[in-house]
Amino acid sequence: MGSAFIPIMIDAFSVGGLYALTALGIGLIFSVMRLANFAHAEFVTVPAYALFVLSDHPVVVSISAAVLVAVVLALVTERAAFRPLRGIDPATMLIASFAVSMFIQRLLVFAFDSRIKPVNPLAVLDGSVALFGAQVNLLKLTTVITCLVLLIALTVFLKYTRFGLEMRAAAEDFTMSRLLGVRANRVIATAFVLSALLAAVVAVLFSAQTGFVHPRFGLQIVIIAFVATVIGGLGNLLGAAVGGFLVGVVSTLLQALLPPDLRPFREAFVFLLVILVLLFRPQGLFPARGLKERI
Amino acid sequence: MIRHEADTSARSDRWLTPDGLARLVPLFILVVVVAAVMLAASQLGIVQQRRVTFGFISLITVVGLYVFMGNSGVLNFSFVGFMAIGAYVSALLTMRPQVKATFLRDLPDWLAAAQFDPVVGALAGGFAAALVALVVGLPIMRLSGIGAGIATLSVLIIFYIVLGNWTGVTGGQRSLMGLPTYVTIWNAGLAAIGAIVLAFVYQESRSCLALRASREDEVAARAAGVRVVRERLTAFVLGAFICGMAGVFYGHFLGTLRVENFYLDPTFLYITMLVVGGMRSLTGAVLGVIVISTLTELLRLLEIGVRLPGIDAALKAPAGLGDVVLAAMMLGIILFRPQGITGGREITLRGLR
Repeated sequence: MGSAFIPIMIDAFSVGGLYALTALGIGLIFSVMRLANFAHAEFVTVPAYALFVLSDHPVVVSISAAVLVAVVLALVTERAAFRPLRGIDPATMLIASFAVSMFIQRLLVFAFDSRIKPVNPLAVLDGSVALFGAQVNLLKLTTVITCLVLLIALTVFLKYTRFGLEMRAAAEDFTMSRLLGVRANRVIATAFVLSALLAAVVAVLFSAQTGFVHPRFGLQIVIIAFVATVIGGLGNLLGAAVGGFLVGVVSTLLQALLPPDLRPFREAFVFLLVILVLLFRPQGLFPARGLKERI
Repeated sequence: MIRHEADTSARSDRWLTPDGLARLVPLFILVVVVAAVMLAASQLGIVQQRRVTFGFISLITVVGLYVFMGNSGVLNFSFVGFMAIGAYVSALLTMRPQVKATFLRDLPDWLAAAQFDPVVGALAGGFAAALVALVVGLPIMRLSGIGAGIATLSVLIIFYIVLGNWTGVTGGQRSLMGLPTYVTIWNAGLAAIGAIVLAFVYQESRSCLALRASREDEVAARAAGVRVVRERLTAFVLGAFICGMAGVFYGHFLGTLRVENFYLDPTFLYITMLVVGGMRSLTGAVLGVIVISTLTELLRLLEIGVRLPGIDAALKAPAGLGDVVLAAMMLGIILFRPQGITGGREITLRGLR
């Protein structure tokens, strides 16, 4: 049991970590502009395609290009699609982000066709290491560590820098923070850049785990992260991280523990969990302050 | 009391007054348009007829989507799942037992041996979708805004996963083949007209007016005594019934069912149709289907290649362009005309009102 336990936990944590990063990316944007950004899927897919296109180049080049592509894409979509819609009701914004997502996805199909493409950005990390007497996959271990480091870095950024302070103020009360001198455009752009950085990291790690990329690459992870943000409480960053982590761990454990007949249905159980959470705690497990609609 | 009696007598013949008849004008126009399209298309070749038939099936779906989403203003991503329920229930009831025996091993004996009349199968499909909607909707209708969006999306994903993995009953990831293909332009067109009539009658009902009030201001509607959850549930179940029927027609039109046909791509297509036309009116739903279906058809022809008359050159668009244009159009409408082409108004003799 002991030697099986550690790999399962590392597995669960690496999946949970990726979901947590994705959920944070969605949560960052939601908290400042009440946009549930479906197009986050493409913030993940497009850098993964950048890795594919630049797969002949050194790892450093392809990964930096992926990060750059993600940031540019996020800023462009913010400027072209979401800025004109600021202040519109959240449901319409959700549909708009759905449209943005489909638009980019179809551009990708148009440019690269819809077949899967092989990628292997982190070939260095193939193999495993011994950890507490168990063989642990190096890539998964790296994923867990990267996620932890990024979570800490993000916390420090939000707590101890001016930009972070502005973002937290905007999340608390957008109008009030503007009155106090926070620039709306800048704080929203910062949120999009951070979100894109997280998405690019997810793209690198996730494509290294799966080994291929296709136009729906980001969607599969973002759909789950989406529900994770809801479980955690939309608009609450801690909630998003915890929610993502929980969903990842639960779905990995279900995969390991469910009887084989029911394994294909494991994600159905996860989504059932989402509906239950929404029913009993409509604001999520960790409700965000200031989100409740006032009359 | 006297006042009350006067009200009742007025209600019994309220459609026969000039005002009442004026309220029927949008229904009249929409039905005439659909009937005209049906008659005109029946004179065309079989290929064109099939395209129009497919458009009618989209029309039924979008009307079903409109009944709930348009009147309640609550997001719904789950409607394609109810199409799937209608399609699969009808398929299982009407397929030939021999065909079922080859593809589906886990059916209960009575179902494996049975073959019902198509009409029974179709109604069963619609009612099954409505019944599931009742069970699923009961809890979900309490949510609004993004919560409702996420919850209905979760419902869609659950349906997709279950249908895609319940191999013994649905065929799973493989296609389910051998459905009787009885759908023609006539029965699809009549069903589309039926869906429009149903949606219109519902939209003029007391229940729907209350629902529309809750769309404009949920809190005020509650304060005025509207039971929001109950009214939403009514619309949700009715919408699911219509979508279930659309699924039945879809299945028996193609003769083959794949779970992929009931997932995100069609969800996006039908929502695009509704949003482009204008989510808040029945005219918008119908117009959106007409505009997007025509556009898709033109782009498809362009992808095949069109010979230009006179010059010896073909106009040909690269494959996949149609999907890009469609998504761009959806985005454009949301950015520049968020209420859709109709702006949420119904068509009358004096234009959109």
